[in-house]
Amino acid sequence: MIDGNDMVFLARLQFAFTIAFHIIFPSFTIGLASYLAMLEGLWLKTRRDVYLKLYRFWVKIFAVSFGMGVVSGLVMSYQFGTNWSLFSELTGNVLGPLLGYEVLTAFFLEASFLGIMLFGWNKVGPRLHFTATCIVAVGTLFSAFWILAANSWMQTPAGYEIIDGVFHATDWIEVIFNPSFPYRFVHMVLAAYCTTGLVVAAVGGYLLLRDPERETARVMTHMALGFLAIMVPLQMIAGHEHGANVYEHQPIKLAAMEGHWETYDDNAPLLLVGFPDEENERNDFEIAVPKVGSLIVGGSFDSKIRGLKEWPVDERPPVATVFWSFRVMVGLGMLMLFIGLFGALLMWRGHVQKQRWFLRLCMLSGPAGFVAVISGWIVAEVGRQPYTVYGLLRTADSVSPVTAGAVGTSLIVFVFVYTIVFGAGLYYILQLIRRGPEGPARPPSAAEGEALRGTPLALGRDGPELFGGTAGK
Amino acid sequence: MDAISLPFVWAGLLAVAVFLYVILDGADLGLGILFPFANTDEDRDVMMNSIAPVWDGNETWLVLGGGGLFAAFPKAYAALMPAVYMPIGFMLTALIFRGVAFEFRFKASGSGKRIWDQAFHWGSIVATFAQGLILGTIVQGIELENGRFAGDMFGWLTPFSFVVGCALIWGYTLLGSTWLIIKTEGTLLDWSRRVGIVSALVVIAMMAIVSFWVPALDVAAAQRWGISYPDIDWGRLAPLLPIPLLVAVAFWQLIRSIRSGATYAPHMWASSLFLLGFVGLLIGIFPYLVPYSLTFYEAAAAPKSQGLLLIGAVIMLPIILGYTAYVFWIFRGKMSADAGYHH
Ligand code: HDD
Ligand code: HEM
Ligand code: HEM
Repeated sequence: MIDGNDMVFLARLQFAFTIAFHIIFPSFTIGLASYLAMLEGLWLKTRRDVYLKLYRFWVKIFAVSFGMGVVSGLVMSYQFGTNWSLFSELTGNVLGPLLGYEVLTAFFLEASFLGIMLFGWNKVGPRLHFTATCIVAVGTLFSAFWILAANSWMQTPAGYEIIDGVFHATDWIEVIFNPSFPYRFVHMVLAAYCTTGLVVAAVGGYLLLRDPERETARVMTHMALGFLAIMVPLQMIAGHEHGANVYEHQPIKLAAMEGHWETYDDNAPLLLVGFPDEENERNDFEIAVPKVGSLIVGGSFDSKIRGLKEWPVDERPPVATVFWSFRVMVGLGMLMLFIGLFGALLMWRGHVQKQRWFLRLCMLSGPAGFVAVISGWIVAEVGRQPYTVYGLLRTADSVSPVTAGAVGTSLIVFVFVYTIVFGAGLYYILQLIRRGPEGPARPPSAAEGEALRGTPLALGRDGPELFGGTAGK
Repeated sequence: MDAISLPFVWAGLLAVAVFLYVILDGADLGLGILFPFANTDEDRDVMMNSIAPVWDGNETWLVLGGGGLFAAFPKAYAALMPAVYMPIGFMLTALIFRGVAFEFRFKASGSGKRIWDQAFHWGSIVATFAQGLILGTIVQGIELENGRFAGDMFGWLTPFSFVVGCALIWGYTLLGSTWLIIKTEGTLLDWSRRVGIVSALVVIAMMAIVSFWVPALDVAAAQRWGISYPDIDWGRLAPLLPIPLLVAVAFWQLIRSIRSGATYAPHMWASSLFLLGFVGLLIGIFPYLVPYSLTFYEAAAAPKSQGLLLIGAVIMLPIILGYTAYVFWIFRGKMSADAGYHH
């Protein structure tokens, strides 16, 4: 028979699956929206064709990913009630308004101006169109602001009181700007920018491999590599500060990330790899650098790092998952750093397009940002277990009074549907990439605009001359 | 702001959000329902293109409905969602297919395009039907124990909610066809008018069936209307009679305006039919948010929470309505039927 624990497990699995899918799209669209705004701004300023071509190319990819972000987000916004109704009931006073503000200040803004951005070329002038692009970009950042405020409050609750088990806000500024929020917001936005930069570099690399002389490909590769050279180091600093924040506010999570079972009053080692063994409360095959753990995490050799054994077993998160996810994220960060810095060096020397192995590396690293983002979220969310509101509300006390059968069935359906739908989306995006940013760069003429009025084919294969794709016709 | 009026204001705002969702996205879903019945592929392109720039904004009212319920009435959200767990699941999955079809249809070729046509159509039908199931479940009433859902996971599976689901399919079809009357020309316009007349007739019949069925369910909503078979409490019913009368007027005007070749009036009258039905529903379930166990003031979030969000709503809703109207205005007018994308 299925019991309550399975219900909790299935609800968690469903949440993890659906949010991990959702986060893929915002990570890309937050960055891409800003990139598009930059391209269109550059085009308005310089009137160089290449920027318009690039805009036309990326906006098609943006449209597909945005659509998938929206439908997977819709699922999220109902999931709090369907699977986590007790959580909703108890935290609604605090989290509800934050999510409400997200809808009011971000979702409507994005969704409405997206219409102008995609279909408004000839309905509004270029400046207004540029404004619409900028509004969409800002909207995605507002989205991230509110949802991360909500999530960060669950990680490091502040500005609340508990009356009869129900959370009430006492100070909204403290609720929103809770201790981990500034770090999480900066780190997540930079993550989105890095993720997008990597995708752009990958597409640029792929197109350059096919044709080293193509101007569009060269410009996008250069832009992306230059961008990464600045953003990735910033991201590492932000990540480091984020870690320092975890050290301060969520010491159990930190112990799991670092793989420390014992407490060190000072000079803690830095574990590079190892296999956490939860049963015997030790790591197998560890490789560690002596002493520097305290320095890196706590800021000095004298910093104390508390070990997992300080907490009872039922307070600890799943150690190995947190430990390894953290290493995947940081490892990929190193890879990105290499790509950014080495790419900048090549650019400075002026021959990126000749280094075929490097272009190939860029191409292969295209998905690295997504993997790092999901790993990072697994660190954050699994590291918070067994709580939904850290230290206050247990996950097991958050779930809905529904049957495991219902949760399990819907989970299977979601897995099935997401695989088909998002698989198809990925396929179409890859097709667009293969076709590349070709075609004359000019805004459609009035007559063409009339013909194209409000037609998604502005973004699709049926509008080859105007909007890019030359193939297939 | 005093704490007593806040929940009332929020209940009103939520009602407005839900109504706007129904009117705006209802037309989009209606188009999806009608989609395969259009005569040519060109017609289908025109249909889809007429809503492509706005459907996302329209759907956002649904997000506001869910998010607003969570924010303003967390207890009702927590009680309601498990009760309609499965219909919500159907609706969300269907909306996934419907939503991605907008983009995918124009990226796919040949049989791929056919698949997304079907996804658009069935996504719209299932989403609509599921919304009807949810509505039916709510009208039937939801069983709570200590404020938490204590009913059956299959409580929504009743003949009544099925009929409401079918009624909503026809209702959205009507909205879709009157939207097309605004946006199209030529043969597609003629077709839309015919569909409009047929669906208006079915809708009025469905409204009657549902209205006479509710008292038979023996729920509080019927008593509010003064009907509990075989007794009729005229003292209660009489003051409410203007509503069915107005329904008759709206219906008559709807048919007349379609016949007379008006452009905007049919959509307006179709929307009025929805408004009247909605008001009738609200009269039945007021002041319950989770009929017939949890009222909106019992379910309200802390005044501080409702207050904070109200500030945002008062500032943002006019702005949102403003730019929504602006976007509709930018994309106003008829879609030219010969959209020349085959050059
Ligand atoms: C491109 C993506 C990316 C990259 C390269 C990095 N991160 Fe990260 N990281 C994220 C994307 C991310 C994220 C997805 O944005 C997370 C998940 C939750 C969050 O707040 O940000 C995150 C979480 C996260 C956390 C957990 C916070 C918590 O548990 O609440 C820490 C400690 C770090 N990061 C630290 C780092 C360090 C030291 C990095 C240096 C190499 C690093 N991250 C690179
Ligand atoms: C930003 C708003 C977010 C909120 C409010 C939120 C909230 C929650 C809740 C309520 C749960 C279920 C209880 C639990 O198992 O902890 C959960 C679990 C989880 N979330 Fe988040 N989450 C957010 C963002 C994310 C993102 C963006 C991701 C990653 C892609 C993510 C990954 C996960 C995972 C992997 C779990 C499962 C943890 C486990 O099973 O141990 N979350 N989160
Ligand atoms: C549990 C957590 C979450 C919920 C309930 C949620 C809900 C939603 C919803 C309903 C939409 C569609 C909006 C529309 O109709 O236009 C959406 C899209 C979006 N979400 Fe989430 N979301 C969650 C997590 C996140 C996180 C962690 C981020 C980023 C840090 C994020 C960023 C965005 C962005 C930028 C969009 C715009 C659409 C897109 O870019 O694809 N969301 N989300």
